[in-house]
Amino acid sequence: MALIRSSSPHLRRAGSTASLMRLLLVATLPGLAAMTFFFGWGTLLQVVWAMLLALGFEAAVMKMRGRPASFYLRDYSALVTAVLLGLAVPPFAPWWLMVVGIFVAIVIAKHLYGGMGNNPFNPAMVAYALLLISFPVDMTRWTAPFVLQGEDGWHILGFMDTFKLIFGAIEHSTLDAFTSATPLDELRHRGGLTTEEAFRNSTVLANGVGAWHAVSAAYFMGGVFLLYRKVFTWHTPVAVLGSLAVLSTLFYMFSPDTYADPFFHLTMGATMLGAFFIATDPVTAATSNRGKIYYGIGIGLLIFIIRTWGSYPDAVAFAVLLMNLCAPFIDQYTQPRTYGHAKPKRGQKEST
Amino acid sequence: MADYKKITLDGLWHNNPALVQLLGLCPLLAVTGSVVNAIGLGVASTLVLTGSNLTVSLFRHFVPESVRLPIFVMIIASFVTSIELLMQAFTYELYQILGIFIPLIVTNCAIMGRADAFACKNPVGASVLDGLMMGLGFTIVLMILGAMREVLGLGTLFADMQLLFGPMAENWKITLIDDYSGFLFAILPPGAFVGMGLLIAVKNIVDARLEERRKARKPKPDGGGSRRVRVTGSIN
Repeated sequence: MALIRSSSPHLRRAGSTASLMRLLLVATLPGLAAMTFFFGWGTLLQVVWAMLLALGFEAAVMKMRGRPASFYLRDYSALVTAVLLGLAVPPFAPWWLMVVGIFVAIVIAKHLYGGMGNNPFNPAMVAYALLLISFPVDMTRWTAPFVLQGEDGWHILGFMDTFKLIFGAIEHSTLDAFTSATPLDELRHRGGLTTEEAFRNSTVLANGVGAWHAVSAAYFMGGVFLLYRKVFTWHTPVAVLGSLAVLSTLFYMFSPDTYADPFFHLTMGATMLGAFFIATDPVTAATSNRGKIYYGIGIGLLIFIIRTWGSYPDAVAFAVLLMNLCAPFIDQYTQPRTYGHAKPKRGQKEST
Repeated sequence: MADYKKITLDGLWHNNPALVQLLGLCPLLAVTGSVVNAIGLGVASTLVLTGSNLTVSLFRHFVPESVRLPIFVMIIASFVTSIELLMQAFTYELYQILGIFIPLIVTNCAIMGRADAFACKNPVGASVLDGLMMGLGFTIVLMILGAMREVLGLGTLFADMQLLFGPMAENWKITLIDDYSGFLFAILPPGAFVGMGLLIAVKNIVDARLEERRKARKPKPDGGGSRRVRVTGSIN
């Protein structure tokens, strides 16, 4: 019988960056499928286009830096960045938007900081934030879920038409028939209505939320799969979702007419995608388990604050970037005690 | 005897206030949204810098060490006030666009830094040249950054130059990209930071290349063996 005779940690199989990244890509598939089903071919095209661009930029930068391109391309990290950005931009965004976004993500946010493992900010979110502040019109024109498209619903734009629309063969002015505000936007710009009235009056809030529920459920499934495969620990996603739920519940109980209910916050926009796929990025998040909890709580609070009182359509990107900024600080104060060393006394810098 | 060539090269390249000393970043990052703003602020700063260096150098033997900084600030402030009045008189629109950043030239560390580090220790001629060259170096960086951001952000170059150069500059505007929807990031402050970082990186690359070439041209005299100690002449 072969016994393990090496010292700990006793890992059964060698994990590699590439295998983790592959799992992450697999886990985004349900979300990608749901988005494609509800919002049309645009999402799929954006993701594929983003992946092609990411591989191209990554190879080009690697060549410029004099590193072996194929080795770094095979770790799939550029593809994960591409998929996240592809899922985050509106499905009918024009092609050049993705070119700018991937350039910023791969070249500026990743490689100018030293490449894979050295970037302080999540590249996909840097790109998303930059696109959002630079091209607000294109970035907020979200596709309507198919139940709201056309006159009787179920009129989805065909694959070739979507392709032509994204790559500029059809004028973008035809787009208005296929776009609508997202539920988050609709709720923010409801004027003087109470939350309940807004839900009754707006078709987006009345009928359109189902699509978002399904998309969030799909991301949730992917996230649970990743948890099961131990790609990340439970701390960050639970802290993000928990703090967002607690805070929104408090405000909802205080004034149900003014604030959206917690379920709405958890299932609308990019909450699930952010909690499971973006906040858990091992490079840019806090490291220790306790640190991950603080980090996640920070993201949850910021999501609620920016969504409720900010002026942007969603808050996940900004919340994640702000907490990326705090991650080194959190790491310093949540360093776990080394086994066998005494706990430092309160108020003292370190025990001696 | 001051080394005028060295002063010139220092101001323009080796000790450039924007790229190397990183002084005066506040106006540098804030107003370089277009070339005309950049030139306006650059020229104003250069004039103030030259004037303040001249004055500080003239009075350098009469200023007590302990109160030199307040005196420098007063000298600089009086020059800034005159420049401000001049701009108000001749380029009123540009003065309005640049707004608070004209009076804020007083607090530009590049000017204070040159007064304290150079002008109060050196003769008048060298100080004036230093002020002029530092100002020119600053202005050139401002212009490059302004051009980068204007092209990226608005798709034009040299727009609104008439604000500074009068009616003859009405048609200097070059539209590089027709029907450009604009890239807001380049106009906003973060774009300035990124652009500035890239400029510094380019300067470092050029410096590294120059250094390499210099080394390649001058191989070690002894083939890398024992090092000879210089016993005659002066070491530069």
